[in-house]
Amino acid sequence: MLNRLTDSLDFQGQALTLRSERQRLLASNIANADTPGYIARDMDFASALRQATGNASGGMPSTLATSTAGHIAAATGARAEPNLLYASASQTNLDRNSVDMDRERAAFADNSVKYEATLRFINGNVRTMLDAIKGQ
Amino acid sequence: MSMFNIFNVSGSAASAQSQRLNVVASNLANADTVAGPDGQAYKARQVVFQTQLMGEVGAAGVRVSTVQEDQTQGRRVHDPKHPGADAEGYVTYSNVNPVEEMVNMISASRSYQNNVEVMNTAKSLLLKTLQMGQ
Repeated sequence: MLNRLTDSLDFQGQALTLRSERQRLLASNIANADTPGYIARDMDFASALRQATGNASGGMPSTLATSTAGHIAAATGARAEPNLLYASASQTNLDRNSVDMDRERAAFADNSVKYEATLRFINGNVRTMLDAIKGQ
Repeated sequence: MSMFNIFNVSGSAASAQSQRLNVVASNLANADTVAGPDGQAYKARQVVFQTQLMGEVGAAGVRVSTVQEDQTQGRRVHDPKHPGADAEGYVTYSNVNPVEEMVNMISASRSYQNNVEVMNTAKSLLLKTLQMGQ
């Protein structure tokens, strides 16, 4: 019964963690806008969230297969190494830096809004549950 | 909490950009410096940025690896009456190009502003996270 209450919170919690990780990536890109040779990085949010929450509807196995009794099953949501992607340069330049400031700023603003949205979902969820518990 | 690292990342970038601004200020201040008694005029300086990993995967800060001196010959002006003139009557000025430095200054200031903006956004998001569930 209780896990049904917290299941949706779990999902939103994973989403929030991923959003904050992406925020950090974008901050690194903006910080390195003038560093020669720096390649901008980003993550595929949808597949990262699918992997973290263990929803294998995308066709990819979200957990490591355990074929022998001695194998330890990796917990879902444990992201040992996030699948980071490299952004290609939209305009070539001499110092081989691939940060496009317009793209990064847009992605940063977009990610901030979605982070806040996730926070509001969590808050709404908590309020709903509290109302249900109080029964008033 | 990975978001706290944003302050380290953006802070390192802001610090690197302010060092760049500092170097630009030195260059502009010395744009009209003439050679001293040793015959060497001021040489324009440039900072070199380098990515600095901040512990976690994907958190990449910035640091200034070296400050390089521009080794090109400074401007030489024929002015025998100048106290700094050499035996042939030439005065050697510094090799600072004020136009380049102004462009550098604008770029550094914009990058600095970008990083401050990033820190402000991260701060407001973290403050909202602290109020979660209330």
